[in-house]
Parts: sequence; structure tokens; C-alpha cells
Amino acid sequence: MIKPLLECRSVTKCFADVVAVDGVDLQLMPGEVLSILGASGCGKTTLLRLIAGFEALDDGQLYIQPGLTSDARQHLPPERRNIGMVFQEYALFPHLTVAQNVAFGLHGMSGGEQRHRTRDALELVRLTGLDERYPHELSGGQQQRVALARTLAPSPVAVLLDEPFSNLDAGMRQDVRHEVEAILRAKGIAAIFVTHDREEAFAFADRVGVMNAGRMEQVDVPSELYRTPVNREVARIVGDCDFLGGVAQGEVAVTEVGRLPFVCNDGPVEDGTKLSLMVRPQDFAIASSETGDCVVTSLEFRGGETMVMAVTSKGIALRCRQVGYSHLTSGTRVDFKPQASAPFLAFVES
Amino acid sequence: MVSIARISHGMGAVGWGLMSGRRRLLLGAPPIPALVPALLVGAAMALPVVYLLVRGASASDQAWDLLFRVRTLETLWRTLLLIGCVTTLSAAIAVPFAWLTTRTDLPFRKVWTVLAALPLVIPSFVGAFLYISALGPKGLLQSGLEILFGVQRLPDLYGLVGATAVLTLLSYPYLFLTVRGSIVNLDPATEEASRGLGHSAWSTFFRVTLPQLKPSIAAGCLLVALYTLSEFGAVAMLRYNTFTFTIYQQYEGSIDRSIAALLSFVLVLMAVAILLLESHTRGRARYYRSGAGPARKPVTAKLGRWKWVALGALGAVLTCALLLPVGVLMFWLVRGLGAGEPLLLLWDATKNSLIVSGAAAVVTAVMAIAMAVLLVRYPSRLNRALESVSFTGYALPGIVVALALVFFGAKYARPLYQTHFLLIFAYAVLFFPVALGSVRSTLLQISPRLEDAARSLGHSPLRVMARITLPLMRSGVLMGAALVFLLTMKELPATLILGPLGFQTLATSVWSATSEAFFARAAAPALMIILTSSIPMALLVLREKRTLV
Repeated sequence: MIKPLLECRSVTKCFADVVAVDGVDLQLMPGEVLSILGASGCGKTTLLRLIAGFEALDDGQLYIQPGLTSDARQHLPPERRNIGMVFQEYALFPHLTVAQNVAFGLHGMSGGEQRHRTRDALELVRLTGLDERYPHELSGGQQQRVALARTLAPSPVAVLLDEPFSNLDAGMRQDVRHEVEAILRAKGIAAIFVTHDREEAFAFADRVGVMNAGRMEQVDVPSELYRTPVNREVARIVGDCDFLGGVAQGEVAVTEVGRLPFVCNDGPVEDGTKLSLMVRPQDFAIASSETGDCVVTSLEFRGGETMVMAVTSKGIALRCRQVGYSHLTSGTRVDFKPQASAPFLAFVES
Repeated sequence: MVSIARISHGMGAVGWGLMSGRRRLLLGAPPIPALVPALLVGAAMALPVVYLLVRGASASDQAWDLLFRVRTLETLWRTLLLIGCVTTLSAAIAVPFAWLTTRTDLPFRKVWTVLAALPLVIPSFVGAFLYISALGPKGLLQSGLEILFGVQRLPDLYGLVGATAVLTLLSYPYLFLTVRGSIVNLDPATEEASRGLGHSAWSTFFRVTLPQLKPSIAAGCLLVALYTLSEFGAVAMLRYNTFTFTIYQQYEGSIDRSIAALLSFVLVLMAVAILLLESHTRGRARYYRSGAGPARKPVTAKLGRWKWVALGALGAVLTCALLLPVGVLMFWLVRGLGAGEPLLLLWDATKNSLIVSGAAAVVTAVMAIAMAVLLVRYPSRLNRALESVSFTGYALPGIVVALALVFFGAKYARPLYQTHFLLIFAYAVLFFPVALGSVRSTLLQISPRLEDAARSLGHSPLRVMARITLPLMRSGVLMGAALVFLLTMKELPATLILGPLGFQTLATSVWSATSEAFFARAAAPALMIILTSSIPMALLVLREKRTLV
């Protein structure tokens, strides 16, 4: 069995009376890219800072290869963990040149070794020739790459990236992301990457951990996370969705928009159980109908698709994605028809 | 130049420290290398206050009786009156000057800015001596008029009028620089938004600009008020007896030293009252951070014909505050040299001044670094107390600190008593808040992420300090040290009381020469103070330019 590079066991951190990270379990495997997704304030950056050692644990343990342990009693200082970190604002040392920045983590090596490693790291991020520049003389993307080179130069066990692309403009973000991913994959470096952008999390990572209010709700591969979230919060965090009330009746749930096949997240349920069905915008097709139960409230044209917002007779808002331009107008009565044959995911209404 | 504004940020910290909310801890408890020096500094800063309490508790009934005499109340009233006059007039000069040099099409704004800040280097007792030598009895004006018209007497210009004039002209730059700094940092977008919402330029100034400047005006007024409160030399020379001078007289003339201590206690209470008044005015306004800078160039007001009025006002103030003092000094110098006044004494005094000022600057800067690191990087309840204690130096007039150290020195540190060491220690206690303000504001601008990054690259906290934090703090440390140097050059009461026997600095030379009305003898050391103080002043100006690029 492959041992994890890094393992969190019920890691907990409190600030004053707020539990920022609440009993998180997490494993990072060799070569794996794991992303942590969550809204701002959910504790994901604190978790990263706990792993890096900038914050001390209040409870739980942290194991780092090879054989290092940190817990509430014995804090292992960050300089002894050999874990690299790329900061949201890059944190390049403004009084040092690019080369000096990259060489900063290489102390204790011979001068020749330092130069050699610095050159390699800068080559890896395609910044050869900018050695003597100062950070403020570089573009945002270049600064990002220097930060990565600086982190990778001492060959860390794992790399932590804290919202690394949020300071880049939209056009550049994707390019830099691909580049960083390519470097990590090529070198087989394990990484944990924190983001609030679900597309980024899904595109980048092998597995995604979803955090909410300090807790790690679910860790899974992106497709599973999207299809079978463990609860309504996770369902909302990983993709647009609405919830439709219904009552179980055998294989189907009776809802306002008809009888829909379902599979319950919490196992088999008795008939008559109140359910909440997760509805993604692509799950239904809508058509205008004189006798329709739902009314279109607004439309959002998004270029390749149109998001139609409608409301049921009981006042439940539902979103439906239509390809291309929609001819519907707000106020039109519509019918919802299920698109997919797969059953809807249902949660027991408490 | 914004550096002076930074002092006032520091000052705001008295109230600010108490209000600051929860900040994220870096790593639990602070390391010993940061904690120990900071605690020592805190203890040193608390020493004068402890002294006052000890002395006050053991004061004789006679001393208490003296305290509640009518004359004490009169002195109190005179002091408050002077503070009120100087602060109001300073604001009346400084706020328009700050606006003129930042937001109008006044010609040569840069030049005017530097000139308007320069009176800062003239010590107030030099100003007072020049005022007396020019306008007093047997002064230049009267002698001139006597030759021409046979005038024997001029109206008496001592007292409140003289003290207000001298102190206003020499202390308005504190307010000017503070307010200017905050105008420069104002976001012009708020003014544009106001114009967009239909307010005229005037209405915008009064309803948007001025309220945003309120905290900095209050902070500047605080500086001027505290400066006036602790003022010693000028009020003494101009025979306007305020609290500080009464304390000095009691200290020199009375055997019962607890009278001086009780009076000092009242002085400190007044300072605390001024501080509270200021933090009340500041209210919940955020103190801005210099260096953020506005996104765009602000709109400049067209002065039109008012330009001549503005130039006239600037010219008149600067003539009185700069041109005349230097001119009169030159006159006395030439006259003194002509009369064979020896310059030998001057070199000794210059050497002494430079040595103690330099040492005070270095010691205070080192203390400030230790304290700033602890306050900014390891916030805790203990630190908030330390922070408040640190800034009490602002509220402690030089004379009180000096008396406290005489007491402790004579009692518990006999070998240090009447040595340079104790004198430099007094300067450090007095000017520590200034250095701390400057050092702390640069440290606040250094992201803790830089230190995190260095730690995760395998460096120990001490190495991170040496290789990342200290190099990045350099400009703030230099600025703080330069300010302490400048203030020490001008310091008088503590030097008089604590200086070793026969120890003469430039400031005490001026003092002793003028107290015997040897104006010509005072000219050379006075000019020397101005010259040597101009060097750190120039350093401050030049550094600020470099960091602005």
C-alpha cells in the first residue's frame, strides 16, 4: 500500500471563540493534486497554514513524510517541515532579485549547487534571463512563476498553493494554471491547492475536498462530487442547483413538476417520506405551454446558452439551461420535462 | 516629509491600541528575543509614572497645600490659555498651507512645501531669544528707533503675545506636515463622487474633504498642544510662566522636591486630558496608511486672483518664521565675531551635542525595533498594555522625565547619576514614541506573508528577522533615528537637569548665554543647531522622495 505523503487527523484550530478548522481528516498521496474548495471564510486557508506550520494546531495530528509529526503539544516549526508554499499575493522578497529570491531556500548548500539549482528552477518556469530583475519589475504572471520557482527549488515534499491564480486577470489565469499544472505533473510533485472557484478546482485536481464552516464535508474525484454530493451544502458549492420538494412513492417522488425517479442519499426510504430533490439546470427541458404550472420570471443570455429562471405554483425557483438563444419571455407559462433517464438525487427533508 | 505625519499615527496609537480588534496570531507566544527587550523598554517608559506616584504618595502636607494655592490655578489657566492660542493659530496657518501646497495651482508648490516645513529645525528657545533680541527692550528694533527717533521704550511684547507668536511660528509645521500627508493620501474619487452628486466645489470641501481630514487635523493639533505643554525654554525666556517653568523653579529653588513632583503630576494629567480629547475627536475614523496613494491625480483648484493673497500669506509667515530668525542670527554672529567673541567653546558644545544626539538616535531606534516587532507581530493583551505605556512618552514633558531620573538615579543608580548614560536614557524615554511610530508604520506595511514564506523555505525566526524583516524596515528605522536626532539637538530641560557637571551642549550654551543677555554669544551655537538639524531634515526629505518613486 502506498503511504500518504501528508496526513491530517482531526486537525482543529480555533481563533478566540470561532472554530476555524473543525476536525479535518485529509490525506495527500504522492504525485496527487488535491484541491480544497469552499467559500471565503470556510477555513480552507487556515487549514493550509496549519499544514505549512504557520499556525499551531489546537487539536489533532499532522504527519509529514518522512516521519515528522506535529500536534497540539509539540509544534513543528515551518522551517523544519520541507513543505513549500505559494502565497496568494506571491510574497516575493522585494529587496532581493529574482535569483536571490529563488536561492533563498537553498541555504546550507554550496555556492555552485545553489547557482545550479536556481538556474534549473528558473528554466523550469521559463524565466531564464530575468535573474537580476527585482520583483516589482515583473508582470503579475512572471511574479507568480518566480514564486513557484522559489517554492520548488529546495525540492519540497509537497507544495501548498493558496488561491494562486486569484491575482491574475481572467485571460491570463487559464494559461498560467495550465502551465503550473504541467510543471507539477511533469515533476510528479504532490500539491494541495486552495480555491473558491469550482471550475478551477475541477479542472486542476485529481481529487477535490469541499469545506464548509470549518469542516471537510467530502473529498472525492470531481465527477462523483458533482453527481453525488453528501448534503445540500456540498451540492450548492460544487455546482448550480435548486431543490424541489416531493413525497416518496415507490421508485418515484411526486413533485410539482410531475413524478420523478429518485435515489435517496440516505438509503431506502418509506413511502410518504418528504424529500428534497437536487435539480441541476441541465436536468430539465422546458417548453411553453398554456396549461403549464410554472412561470418564467427572468432570462439570462450567456452567449452559448441561456439560463431561464422560472417559479413553480408553490413559489419554488428553478433554473433551466437552454442551448443557444431562448424564445421564451418572462411571464410565459412553461412545462418542465426531465431530460436524463438517471434518477434524481434526493435528501430526506428534516 | 510624510514622516512627521507618521509620528502622529504613532500618537493615535494610544487610543488605537486600545480599540484595535482581534488580529491573527502568527505563532502563539512571542519568542524570548522579542519579548525581553520590549519588556525592558516598557519598564523604562513606566519609570517616570512610577516616580510620580511614589513621590505623590509621600508628599508632605505643605506640598499639598502649595498645590492648591491660587497661584497654581493661575499657572494652570495660563498654560491652558497658551495651548489654546498656539493650537488654534497653528491650525489657522497649517490647514490652508497644506491645502495650498497640495490641491491648488500655486506656483512652486514643492519649494513652498519644503520652506513651510523648515521652521521645525529652529528650537523654540532660539526663536524666543531672537524675538527678545529683536523686539525686546534694548533690542534691535528699539535701538534702531532710538537712534532715528529717540524712542526709549516699546510696548511690552513679553508674555502671552510673545509666547504665542514664537511657539505658533515654530510649531505649526507639525500640523502642516500631518495634514498635508493625509491630503496627499485622500482618494480623489470621494471628491469626484460628491461633485457627481451635485455638490459645488465649496460644498464638497466642507462636506467631504474636511471631515476626512478631521483625524489628521486632530492628530496635528495634539502634537502642537503637547509640544506647547512641555515647552520650557521659550516660555521661560519670554517670562510667561507656565507649568513647566514653575516646576523647574520649584526643583531648583525648593528643598522639598515633592512639590515639583506634585506639579508634574498635574502636568501629566493635562497631557492625558489632551490625548483623550484627541482620541475623542478622532472617534472611530480609521487612521489611513501612507503609501497606498490615490489612483489618479486629484483635480487642482484654480486660484485666479486669490493666488496673490496666498503667496502674500505664505511669504509673510515664512518671513517671520524663517527669514527674520536666520537674518537676526547672522547679525548677532557678525557682531559677536567683530567683538572678539571666542568660538572655542562652540566646538566642545557641538561635539557634545552630536555625540549625545547620535547615541540617543541609535539607542532609541534599537529599542523601537524590538518593541515594534513585538507589538505588530505578536499582538496580545500584554502587548496592548505595553503599547499604551510606550506612547506615554508623548504625554511626559521633558522636565518630568528628567526629575524622575534624578530621583531614581540619585537613589538607586548612584554610579549612573550625572553621567552621559542617564542623559541618553532620558532622551530615549522622551523620544521613544516618535521612533516607535515611524518604525511601526513601516513594519505594518511589510506583509507577514513574506516572513511566512521565508520560514517555509527553511529559515529560523531569527534568520528571517535578519534577512527579511530588518532590511525591509530600514527606511522607517532611519527616519525614526533622524527624528530622534533632530529632537535631541533641540532638547533643553532634561539636558539642563541631567547633564553631567560642566557639560555643555549647543542648546544649553544658547540657554546660558541668553539668560545673561549675551545675545552675540548665543548666536553661534544657535546657528550651529539649525545647521546640524538641517542634515537629518534633508535626509528625511530626500528619503521620502526616493520611496515615493
